[in-house]
Amino acid sequence: MSISLGIFLAFVGSTLAITWWAARRSHGSSAYFAAGRRITSWQNGFAVAGDFMSAASFLGVIGLIALQGFDGFLYSVGAFAAFVTVLLIVAEPLRNIGKYTMGDVLAYRMRPRPVRALAAISSLMTATFYMIAQMVGAGALATLLLADSGIRYHQAVIGVGILMMIYVIFGGMLATTWVQIVKAMLLSACALVLTVLVLRHFQFHLGDFFVAASQVAYHRNAAAVTSDFMQPGLRYHAPHGSLDLISLSLIFAFGTAGLPHILVKFYTVPDAKTARRSVVWAMILIGLFYVMTSILGLGAAILVGPDHIVTHGGTNLAAPLLAQALGGEIFLAVVSAVAFATILAVVAGLMISAATSFAHDFWLNIVHKGEEKRPGESVLVARIAALGVGAVSIAIALALGPGSNVGILALLGMAVAASANFPAIVLSIFWRRFNTAGAVSGLSVGMLATLILIVIGPNTMGIDSPGTIGAARHLIQANPWFPYENVGVITVPLGFLAAIMGTFLGREPAAEDRFDELIVRATTGFGAEKTSAH
Amino acid sequence: MKNSPEATPGHSSALEWHTIAQSEAFRDLIALKKAFVVPAYIFFLLHYLALAVLLGYAPRLAAMQVIGTVNVAYLFALSQFVVGWVIAGLYLLVASKFDKLAEDILTQIQRQRGDR
Repeated sequence: MSISLGIFLAFVGSTLAITWWAARRSHGSSAYFAAGRRITSWQNGFAVAGDFMSAASFLGVIGLIALQGFDGFLYSVGAFAAFVTVLLIVAEPLRNIGKYTMGDVLAYRMRPRPVRALAAISSLMTATFYMIAQMVGAGALATLLLADSGIRYHQAVIGVGILMMIYVIFGGMLATTWVQIVKAMLLSACALVLTVLVLRHFQFHLGDFFVAASQVAYHRNAAAVTSDFMQPGLRYHAPHGSLDLISLSLIFAFGTAGLPHILVKFYTVPDAKTARRSVVWAMILIGLFYVMTSILGLGAAILVGPDHIVTHGGTNLAAPLLAQALGGEIFLAVVSAVAFATILAVVAGLMISAATSFAHDFWLNIVHKGEEKRPGESVLVARIAALGVGAVSIAIALALGPGSNVGILALLGMAVAASANFPAIVLSIFWRRFNTAGAVSGLSVGMLATLILIVIGPNTMGIDSPGTIGAARHLIQANPWFPYENVGVITVPLGFLAAIMGTFLGREPAAEDRFDELIVRATTGFGAEKTSAH
Repeated sequence: MKNSPEATPGHSSALEWHTIAQSEAFRDLIALKKAFVVPAYIFFLLHYLALAVLLGYAPRLAAMQVIGTVNVAYLFALSQFVVGWVIAGLYLLVASKFDKLAEDILTQIQRQRGDR
């Protein structure tokens, strides 16, 4: 058995122990869906960080910086900056008004059925897309990192899928939260140690490090080149680079504040004040982590070299290769195991948000109009939904296979959150006139526009040279109709516009009357959901 | 604690909520919150989007080296983290004042409801 498999199994063992402990403690809806609202601010800060920092950020961003220099760091900046929106705009009102889901806030003043239905579709779509991306990532990683253990793609995908189902079905939000806390600690410690090792290589002379980063030698199209990796422009360049960048920035700034699996974390704390403090905890952790990604990415470019990274697994393996270069096989093993822990914690968070939205928004509030027919029904439905969503995600991840372009799925999730969910949330909380028609048109236009523009954009359309085969080929062999990889510059304003225009279709006095109630409760916490006994 | 039974929502008419929302104390609190959140968020957004604009439309300035090989782009990107943390810190400070005012309004609401 390899070291990384051993470390990973130790993580799995401790998370299963957490799940067993959580399952014994939780009884009832509030315990299952919101960990009894007893999570403290630092715990939730770590859990949000653990929920948010996916393998895409740990492996993907470091890899992007290692291959394309500074431009990759923009993902880090966006990922961090997003939390300013969460802190100032959504976290506290959400905690005060809602119960378990994003749909609670959207449906508060509106006719609940159409709004909740769309909120549930959007939540399930975002979570499933993200989950598939993470699982394909897990499978691809396993084939690269655990190759010597004889673990194959399909085994890794099924294994990750089953584990996340166990966490969510038996342990609910409490187990998910603690898995995420442990993972956030492991990931932060891992990034910190690697950063110190990179800097030690330069005797802690930052100047020397940045000089080395400014002259990275590698091969491009078989020609030897030396590039300044500190300089912007290696990834985003004319003619479409500028708008693509603004698009990316918009999607990040607003998308995170509309991601259902992030939003549900604020229901797990006792009150809005704790929610606020937990965002600040998360900002400290996430910020430090993403600052370190620049050192790690540039470090990988200098110490491993883009040529070696490209021939040894590509973008996703820059961080593990850096660890190997700095600390040998043991470090490689530790970083690989942490990468898997990261995937597990993120998929568990996605899964519980999907299951919660299905049980609470769809089943309880649409099918049963807000009343449980039998006690404990919501939790049961959520568990069944978790099983269903898990099975579907595993099946799709297996069908797609390793090497498929999963970046597009994560991008799609974030873009839907920014273009559909975020406008609807903000307008619900801050605009008295906003009504059901506005919420429905904002959510549906935001979702559809994002889907369509991504499908007709350069992510799926493009003409490949005959030599390109398999998953690397574009799905549609034609010139893209829409020029930008990132759709936010169009879809975010479009989502807002559709929400506003829909609102002006007619007046809805009931929704406007309830605005006073909403704003008083959002501001004072009056009548907010309480901490529950176990 | 806030666990008093009369805090159960849903029993009030729109008129009562309207009265609270129009009360001076509540309007002051909203005004105070806006006075921090609106400028802070606008500043954050402009500073944040300025990075994308700088890279896209002023690439020469972005590439200018300031300290050794460290350029404007990298420093400006790092400043995003500093601005985020500073806004978070300031918000924690002012929000404790909001909490106090909100608490006052909350006890007032609960007292009124208890009187009925």
